[in-house]
Formats: sequence, C-alpha cells, structure tokens
Amino acid sequence: MSTIAPKSTPTYYDEVVRKGYTRRDFAKFCAMMGAYLGLSQSGLAQVTEALKTKPRVPVIWLHFQECTCCSESFIRSSHPMVADILLDQISLDYTETLMAASGFQAEEAMKNTMEKYKGEYILCVEGSVPTAADGVYCMIGGKTSMQILEEAAAGAKAIIAWGSCACNGCVQAAAPNPTSATPIHKLVSGKPIIKVPGCPPIGEVMAGVIVHVVAFGRIPELDGLGRPKAFYSKRVHDTCYRRPFYDAGLFVETFDDENARKGYCLYKVGCKGPSTYNACGVTKWNNGTSFPIQSGHGCFGCSEENYWDNGRIYSRASAFPGFGIEATADKVGKVALGVTAVALAAHAVATNVRKHKLIHNLEKEGQQSEKDLENENI
Amino acid sequence: MEKNKVHRLRRVFVWELPVRIYHWLNALCIVALIATGLYIGSPLVLQSSSEASEKFFMGWVKTIHFIAAFLFFFNFAFRIYWGFVGNKYADWRNFIPTNKHYFKEMWQVFKMDIFMMKGKEHLSVGHNAVAGFSYFITFILFLIQCITGFGLYAAMSNFWFAKLFAWVPTLFGGDILLRQVHHWTTWLFILFTVVHVYLVFYHDYVEGRGEISSMGGGWKFIEDEVFDEVKAEKQKKLQEKKEKMEAQMKPLT
Repeated sequence: MSTIAPKSTPTYYDEVVRKGYTRRDFAKFCAMMGAYLGLSQSGLAQVTEALKTKPRVPVIWLHFQECTCCSESFIRSSHPMVADILLDQISLDYTETLMAASGFQAEEAMKNTMEKYKGEYILCVEGSVPTAADGVYCMIGGKTSMQILEEAAAGAKAIIAWGSCACNGCVQAAAPNPTSATPIHKLVSGKPIIKVPGCPPIGEVMAGVIVHVVAFGRIPELDGLGRPKAFYSKRVHDTCYRRPFYDAGLFVETFDDENARKGYCLYKVGCKGPSTYNACGVTKWNNGTSFPIQSGHGCFGCSEENYWDNGRIYSRASAFPGFGIEATADKVGKVALGVTAVALAAHAVATNVRKHKLIHNLEKEGQQSEKDLENENI
Repeated sequence: MEKNKVHRLRRVFVWELPVRIYHWLNALCIVALIATGLYIGSPLVLQSSSEASEKFFMGWVKTIHFIAAFLFFFNFAFRIYWGFVGNKYADWRNFIPTNKHYFKEMWQVFKMDIFMMKGKEHLSVGHNAVAGFSYFITFILFLIQCITGFGLYAAMSNFWFAKLFAWVPTLFGGDILLRQVHHWTTWLFILFTVVHVYLVFYHDYVEGRGEISSMGGGWKFIEDEVFDEVKAEKQKKLQEKKEKMEAQMKPLT
C-alpha cells in the first residue's frame, strides 16, 4: 500500500532503482511498452525520458459493479515491472482490492488524494454504476457508487473506464438489467474518458494505456467508440493465426470433429472474431501464452458492446428480436418466404377467377389475330 | 367487349437504355450479393486434404460480394441521377408521392390488383403508384444495406470511399449488431425479388401489354382506344377549366 506522496515525489525510475531493478530492466520495460503502443524510435525515447524524469502520477481506482477481473488481469501483465511500478508505485492511492487500509482510513486516503491532487490525478473506474432505486445496489462507505463517481470525477484529469462493465455495462447491463447498470461515459461529462473494454482487458493493454497517459501527459488517440486506436483498431479476425483456414473456407462444425483437431477456423461454431476489435491475436494472454482461439474456443466478443444480448456464444446466427430465442434471421426469413409464396399462389388463383373475362378476351383476341394472319384477311 | 374485337396496339417507349442497363445490372448484383451474402453468413463445411494456403474459396466468395457491392452502390447512385434527367417514366416523382392523384392511383391499384374488386381497370404505362412507392421503399433498403455493408467493410479497407463509412459501427455500438441488421435486410431483398417477379408475370398476363419484355426492348404496347380516351379526358378537363374561368370572369364584366 502506498501512502500519499509528498509533492517532491520520486520519479518512476527512482522507484525502479529502489525496487532493485537494473537500468537494463528499465530500458527493456520501456521498449516493451513502446512496442505495445506502436511507437516509433523517437516516441520510445520520449516514454523512457518521461518515466525517468516525471514524478509519479496519482491514481484513484474505483470498483463498482464488477468481478475484479480487470485488476487481476492488470497485475498479471507479462512484465513484473508493470505490477511493481505502475501498480505499487504509480501510487494507487485508493483501490479497494489492493490497498492495505480499510474503512475510515481508506476513505480518508482517497479524500486526501482528491484534494491534494485536484485536477492532476487519473481516475480509473472498474465496473458499472447502478442507477435504479437511487443506486442502492452498490454502496461503499455509506455512499452510492453514483455519488462516489461524481465526487471523484470532478477533480480528475482523465478517466479510464476499465473493462466492459465500465465501458458498456457488460453482464449486469444485459436484459433485463434489473439494477439499471450504466457505463461510465453515460454518467460523466466534460472529462476525457478512455474506454478499455474487454472482460477483462488484456493486462499489457491496460499498462500501455497508463504508460501513454503518464509519458505523454495526454490521452492516447481514440477511435469513434472512445477506445485507444493502438489496441482496438483491428478485429481479432484480422490478426488471427487461423485466418488462412477461414479464407480457404475450411471450418470446424462441432468441437470434437476432425476439422477441430486440424485446427480449422471456428467461425461456424460462433467465433465472434470477425466483429470484435481487440489485440488478443497479437498480444495474447498470460505472458503471450495463448488466447481463446488458440486454445480451440471461438472468440466471445467480450470487448464488444452488449455482447451478452447481441449474439449467441456458439453460433453465428443471433436471435431475431421479437421472435423468441430460437428464431434466427434465416428462420424468420424462410417462414416469411413461405408465407409470401402461399399468398402469391392464392393471388394467382384469385386472378384467374376474378379476372377470368379479361384474360379470356385477351386469349381470344390473340387467337383471332393468329387466324387472321393465316387466312390473310386482315 | 364485343366478340372477337381485335385491338390495335401502339408502341410506347417506356424504359430508356440507361434504365434497362441499370435494371439488369442491379438484378445481377442483388442475386450475387444475396447468394454470396448468405454463404458468408453460414458457409458449408468443406472437406479437403489440400493445404489451406492452396485454397481461397471463402476469400473468393467475399471478393465477389465486395465487387458486387461496389457495382451495386454506384449503379444505384446513377439511377438516382437518372431520376432527375431521364424521361417521365424514370422521373423521381414516380416513386415519391407529390400529389393527390398519386394516392388515388395507389388506392385503385390496391382495389383492382390486390383485393381483386370489380371495376375499371387502371392504366399505368410506366410504374403504377403502388409499384413506384414500393421501389422507393426498396431504395431505402438499398441505402440501409449499403451503409451497413460498407460500415462493416470500412475497418478492413484503406480505400477512402469505404473509410467514409467508418462512423457506422459507432452508431450501432459495434459490428455485432451491424452485421445482424445487414443480415435481416438481406431477407427483405429476397422477399422483394419474389414478389417483384411474380407481379411482372401477373401484369403481363392480365394486361397483355408486354410487361415482361419491356425491360428488354424498352417498349410497351398500348391499345389505340386508350389514346382516344386520354385525349377525350384531357379535352374534358380543359373544357371544365375554361367554364370555371368564364364563371369567375362573369361577375367582373
């Protein structure tokens, strides 16, 4: 547990040395972060310089409706320095999961940081905020999460929404959303918000986002949905090592078939890679060991908005809204086609009955002309 | 109708060449897009002993889909342009109701062709009002399909035109819902195609004016009497207008 740092705060590099790391370790760490962020040589130098000279940035990390998988992912970032420096020493002045203090002292620590570093601290939010029933579904220290968020956001320099809960509500916002779980960007305005979706987000991605904010003093470049472009501009599909099987048209049909053993594409068993924007295919998980598709399971689409309600996990087709869970677009379409065919057949019969005279006259007229042509008495 | 009366038919030029080219290119694109689109949504499980690197089947299906999509879009854009410069049967007013007469004709088409009521058959040399309006609805479907389709395509393309649609996934909160909307709309295209083809046969069958072949040569064949009727109606209207004007002028003089 870190304490509230005095104004003459040590730099990140000071902390690295104090922790017993060598300069070489520090350089490696900077290079790794630079690579994840996709920085050029000069950008890399800037990161190194910043971490060497800049005092640590105070961070308040709030937990609301969530499962703490984001924190777990973060502290398991592949480089030990991520946990040591960015967590321990980035000065997590308040985080329920990792701080030693509790109760009054903990709340006091947060209050102190908020006052002392007004307009300087980074607010990280993990979890969604329930707004139903005046927010009673998630209360900490006698305050609703909405109150806590409003207070903390007021003095924040920037807000990082960690994980799908904070970015789009995740599972607790899935229908019928009994607590009215609401993502952060819908509750806070006037502050830059970085969305880092995923359930959880990749640890290295989280570290990269923090390093970017610390090193450059501004938020990374974001896409239309507010996600850092460096990590969320490519679909999992585009960086998937099984992509050649997709392009060839070779698919797994069931999880235990011959094609699954051959490692074919998981598209037909519901892989959401083609509609999911994340860095899983490149960065992977657990020190670059693997990612879902590599272990034979399709992508969930966990970093996509509303993924619980939008799609089924093991099928490409989604439920057709209003027609029950079993109805897919193709099923509804086929029924509609059948109904149309029956209606047209009925119409054809009705035409021959109701317009019989009209059709009969046309036929007769045609026959008459045919006769006239033969007899040449036009 | 008297027994064995034979009508004299007059050739009317309805569909200009650009309209016909648009129609068939559009038909070709739609068939290709539906077929490849449904395949992409639910591909077959192929069995093969060759290496994946030697095959590109899904890749080709997607390529055809994308080429057809570009053709479809620019063809559609051209048709909108032609709605302003083409002949009166191609004019945009055939698709969007601008006057009372349009709704009147719509009701008559419903009465005669859908509810099969007895009465005076209506005459439409070009599109009838219901057909015209249903094409307007399909134009909206075209637009939805182009926007969602290029929206899905934008992320994998560097082409500036596709990049113009990069905002679309934001609107839908991501590709998952976008993909679904694209898929649902496909079925509306299928239903439209079936009804459209049926009705073309229907009109040809009950009117005998060459509805089916009109999209080939551009001609429809209209009975001589119709021209007389139209002429008489016009004169009657003119006469009525004249009388009305005179009635208004009288108190002044």
